[in-house]
Amino acid sequence: MTLRLQARNLACERDDRWLFEGLDLDIHAGEIVRIEGPNGSGKTTLLKILSGQLSDYQGELFWNSLPMERARTDFLSSLLYLGHAPGVKSALTPLENLAWYQAMTGDPDSESARMAALEGVGLGGFEDLPTGQLSAGQQRRVALARLTLTPRLLWVLDEPFTAIDRQGVLALEAQLQSHARAGGCVLVTTHHELRSLELRRIHLGQGGDDARH
Amino acid sequence: MRGTEAPMVEEEGARVSRGEPRGGLVVALRATLKRDLILLLRRRSELMNPLVFFALVITLFPIGISPDPVLLATIAPGLLWVAALLAALLSLDSLFRGDFEDGSLEQLLLSPQPLPALVLAKVAVHWLMTGLPLALMAPVLGLMLSLPAGSYGVLALSLAVGTASLSLIGAIGAALTVGLSRGGVLLSLLVLPLYIPVLIFGAGAVKATIMGDGVTAHLAILGALLAVALMLAPWAIAASLRISING
Amino acid sequence: MWAFIHKLGSPKWFYAISSRLLPWFWTTAVLLIGVGTVWGLAFAPADYQQGNSYRIIYVHVPAAFLAQSIFVSMAVAGLIFMVWKIKIADMAAAMMAPLGAAMTFVGLFSGAVWGVPTWGTWWMWDARLTSMLILFFLYIGVIALRGAFSSRHSASRAASVLAMVGVINIPIIKYSVDWWYTLHQPSSFSMTSRPSMPADMWLPLLIMVLGFYCFFVAVTLMRMRSEILRRESNKRWVRELAGELS
Repeated sequence: MTLRLQARNLACERDDRWLFEGLDLDIHAGEIVRIEGPNGSGKTTLLKILSGQLSDYQGELFWNSLPMERARTDFLSSLLYLGHAPGVKSALTPLENLAWYQAMTGDPDSESARMAALEGVGLGGFEDLPTGQLSAGQQRRVALARLTLTPRLLWVLDEPFTAIDRQGVLALEAQLQSHARAGGCVLVTTHHELRSLELRRIHLGQGGDDARH
Repeated sequence: MRGTEAPMVEEEGARVSRGEPRGGLVVALRATLKRDLILLLRRRSELMNPLVFFALVITLFPIGISPDPVLLATIAPGLLWVAALLAALLSLDSLFRGDFEDGSLEQLLLSPQPLPALVLAKVAVHWLMTGLPLALMAPVLGLMLSLPAGSYGVLALSLAVGTASLSLIGAIGAALTVGLSRGGVLLSLLVLPLYIPVLIFGAGAVKATIMGDGVTAHLAILGALLAVALMLAPWAIAASLRISING
Repeated sequence: MWAFIHKLGSPKWFYAISSRLLPWFWTTAVLLIGVGTVWGLAFAPADYQQGNSYRIIYVHVPAAFLAQSIFVSMAVAGLIFMVWKIKIADMAAAMMAPLGAAMTFVGLFSGAVWGVPTWGTWWMWDARLTSMLILFFLYIGVIALRGAFSSRHSASRAASVLAMVGVINIPIIKYSVDWWYTLHQPSSFSMTSRPSMPADMWLPLLIMVLGFYCFFVAVTLMRMRSEILRRESNKRWVRELAGELS
């Protein structure tokens, strides 16, 4: 279970200004990395680049010391990404939503595992309602259930605490901690304090610099 | 030769057992098909829209042109094909838009499975839920346009094969415009010129039947167009989705 | 070879080399088009069937040639941009598109004008004109798609994909439109295919075609140069250039 995500001289330009420039990262197993910065400083963009979704950037990415283009399939089978939008279909029930994710990751189809994951995020009893009828926080929890349902080494979480109540925040913090202790790795953006966690912080600039230099 | 081949096979076997991507493709495809089918079946009104649109447009023509059965019979193949083509276009914009808005598209693109195969599953559902019903409904509307007897089977068959190509080509346009807030009109501008060959051979097949000419050539070319679309479109759709996700 | 291509891909180098090439293309274009026009309009013999009205061929055919070639070059540039990420190729594709659309329009318009003496009507659903009309819509689609994206990176890549999809489709469209046309009205008279054209007629046509190609290259280079300055306006060499000039 090795894991190493490197970025070399990463730079991203949006609308003629640099969101970030010359960014070097070396992320190992067991780390929780929090990307910080004010609104518009490119946190989401950086997470998308690091999860291999964007192509509009300069610099190089390496996964386990291989260039990202060559290691892509291996990287994607180790990645769990939760974006701004939860990726949950409101017309499907939580169980059906999770069934798709389970199949997409290649894990064996197991309803009991899905039920357990839903219980784990406090959605026991809601599993057969259309997700659209649940509250925003509950919908987010359906997405969070994937963390236990499909075990992956690298978690990339963009504002995972949005709409989650205090109890849920504590549980999620604990989950991040135990994932890191077990040799996993977490990349996260959040406005929450996360006091209880040992974090590595990466700070992005004040809304970016002017591209002129 | 034998000696060099054996280790390669072993290596292949090892790779399959280690990583899930290859082994899980069928599972992922089936799950995507199932999910999209359920989603469409839960929104049955949306499913009906293209069919109602098809019937409505066909109703407009006799009113706008003439109720004369002889005239209608001569232009019926073209009318039916054009109306079906527009009806198929109608639902195209929603092919990836829902997934784009709720974030499922990001997840689809981040799947370790080959993206062209996954989008093919989505396009297949689109055809199953629009193209095929349109093809099945067309003979009824053909009856209303006094389409000569004997051409109904070819009408349905040409539409069934043709709309599959339309779904594939159209999905490229849908993928290119999914990130744009007002992609709908642009989508038809991009896609309609590319639909013309399918229209020519689709409507041509029905006309050939009516005139008593051989219909095999038309249907064969429709099939060939579908084969080309099946080979190339999934890659174009996948590339377009990756572009659209960049914003 | 590779070093050369990569050098060509650098905007600064391209800007320098194109400034030397540009006058040559302009001069050749003006010369060829001038000679071709005078020869074609004044000295070439009149057609035994159409009289003098056939002379519109000297605009129509070169425009139609360019309309198709530009689309193909646009797709090739798009492919180069997608595969090797050479920005110059994308600038070329972006600058070619409006010119290609304009040439298609010229081809359509001259065809319509030609239709008046030959068919007695401004528009016939002739196979060539129909294909050209579809090509015109394809151009508009590529231009509109490029304009619809807010991010230039995505706009370039989307336009490249569409151009490539279009270029695969153009032969299919052409073939199917020809099939459709022959099926519907067996053509009794075709505008451009004739048994034998005397050299006095086709030589000026050839000169015009070559002149139009030079014109296309010259215009594209010129527009690319201003696009380079616009896109690279933050770069040091452009600002130095501007500093020197002022």
